[in-house]
Amino acid sequence: MGRLLLRRLLLALPALLGLLVLTFILLRVVPSDPSTALAGENATPEQIEAIRKAYGFDQPLWRQFVVYIGQVATGDLGNSIFTEQPVIRDIARRLPATIELVLMALIFATCVGIPLGVLAAVHHNSAFDHAVRVITVGGLAIAPFWFAIILQLIFSMDLNWLPLRGRLPVQVQPPEFITGLYMPDSLLSGRLDLFLQSAHHMILPAFTLSLGSLASITRFTRAGVLETLQKDFVSYERAAGYPDRRIIWVYVLRNSVVATVTQIGLLFGALIAGAVAIETIFDWPGIGSYAVQAILTSDYKAILAVTLVVGVIYALVNLVVDIVHALLDPRVAEEN
Amino acid sequence: MLIIRKFLRDVPAMMGFAIICTVIGIAVFGSMLVPHPHLVFESDLLRRFEPPSAEFWFGTDNLGRDIFSRVLVGTQGALTVALTVVAVAIAIGVPLGIYAGYTTGWLSELVMRVTDMFLAVPQIILALAIAQLAGRGLGSAMTALALTYWPFFCRTVYAETRRLRHSVFIEALEGLGASRTRILFAHVLPNVASPIIVRATVGMGFTILTTALLGFLGVGATAPSPDWGLAIAESREYLPDMWWAATFPGLAILFTVLGFNLFGDGLRDLIDPKLRRSRS
Repeated sequence: MGRLLLRRLLLALPALLGLLVLTFILLRVVPSDPSTALAGENATPEQIEAIRKAYGFDQPLWRQFVVYIGQVATGDLGNSIFTEQPVIRDIARRLPATIELVLMALIFATCVGIPLGVLAAVHHNSAFDHAVRVITVGGLAIAPFWFAIILQLIFSMDLNWLPLRGRLPVQVQPPEFITGLYMPDSLLSGRLDLFLQSAHHMILPAFTLSLGSLASITRFTRAGVLETLQKDFVSYERAAGYPDRRIIWVYVLRNSVVATVTQIGLLFGALIAGAVAIETIFDWPGIGSYAVQAILTSDYKAILAVTLVVGVIYALVNLVVDIVHALLDPRVAEEN
Repeated sequence: MLIIRKFLRDVPAMMGFAIICTVIGIAVFGSMLVPHPHLVFESDLLRRFEPPSAEFWFGTDNLGRDIFSRVLVGTQGALTVALTVVAVAIAIGVPLGIYAGYTTGWLSELVMRVTDMFLAVPQIILALAIAQLAGRGLGSAMTALALTYWPFFCRTVYAETRRLRHSVFIEALEGLGASRTRILFAHVLPNVASPIIVRATVGMGFTILTTALLGFLGVGATAPSPDWGLAIAESREYLPDMWWAATFPGLAILFTVLGFNLFGDGLRDLIDPKLRRSRS
């Protein structure tokens, strides 16, 4: 297990280094002359030269890259031109909102998707199975940002059942900062009212965000269960008289869910990407809406910092997924 | 032949095929079918905010333009962008994947490390960063999407080629002295073609969604383009009253993507016997 962990960590390093190279290229090499851009339109050649020296643009690229790595390692990603704060602080402040949203969407997608997939496989080719198929195919074809707007139209603007935007009503103070996730924090500080309010605000964004993942998880579980159902051990267990329910929900599920778990790592990436649109629509103060705001204001440093942070999170999630995979299926750990 | 007959009996896949044909038909002949050609780009301020009616099936927008006509005209743009992006991604990703999968050495290693680097961040995040740096507009959005989409093809082709590398027929060809170019393009490529086709079909739908999202976020098509994503973004200011302006472009996206996904799923079932078994 320890060796597996080490191996995966080592494997994640080149990708992260590559990400540094990529963001460096985008930040320093692609803009043909960053110092001219920084100096503004009316700068004199002397001013441009001064900026070039001050920012180290006169140094060879490899040395600039080393300096860049040093800056990233110490968390110095520059200041946002929009908020005028260090981007790393902006991101740290907004990250919990995104994490909470993504986690809720993932929990919803898993808790609904796995049972749906199992039931569809068990009753395959039934009306239920066909209905599930329509939902999964539709869930992957629908544009989440559009669906979010339609649900807002129905449930927030027309019926007035669910809040239109934000994590809490504007006048309400958020719970005491423990994890930054409002729902657990409000429970931990004993504020049931805040918990209900933040849960109420969570429903629409988390549901629309989860749709694609829900569809993928359902499909993978269904395919996995159908395949496992044909294995000899299932026939054996049936012959031995185990109750059907136990065979399906314990033995078959454990053997088929492994493939689904490895998918969750990929889904996490899809969810963070989806959060870009969903957060914008629901005014959710996370890093997704931060990225869009950075793009609309040409805030390069903020954009690239978001890219880096998302890359690191992505690598960490895949690491966790590999470990869970090894725990669920000991053969994986042995292979390494 | 058996496999083709089986495919023809796959109702959802055939529905997808019908949708794709319809959408392509609209893209090609759309400008002739448009009921109000003058209301695609020109505004008519006397007809603003009209709800769907017999005259304006999808209603009119805040400038009095006919939404049905605009959705029809927008089809061509959506398909062209998706087709270009997928084609460029294939043109970059497939040769690199075949080469890296077939050879070993530093160059192959480098190609795959670069691929991993692109796959280390969700596509849309990278695409947003690149689209912004390249300057706003449909052109840079397309560049950004193509530049971030090829690694998916490269990975798939790489894995397939690696699997084939030590198969008997490739070794036999090597033994007979066939050139590397010949082996790669005349023998390996046809064998890795089916996963490429499946990925490309599903990728069309996926790219239509991503392009619409870029348009919606303001880094894709610019006004007065009839781009579907842009239309949804423009309608937001007038919600909930002008609900039709948000609804119909989104339905157009759903319809088109559904077509490619249904067809792609059918193809996948046909090609991947493991999944095929699970469907019957």
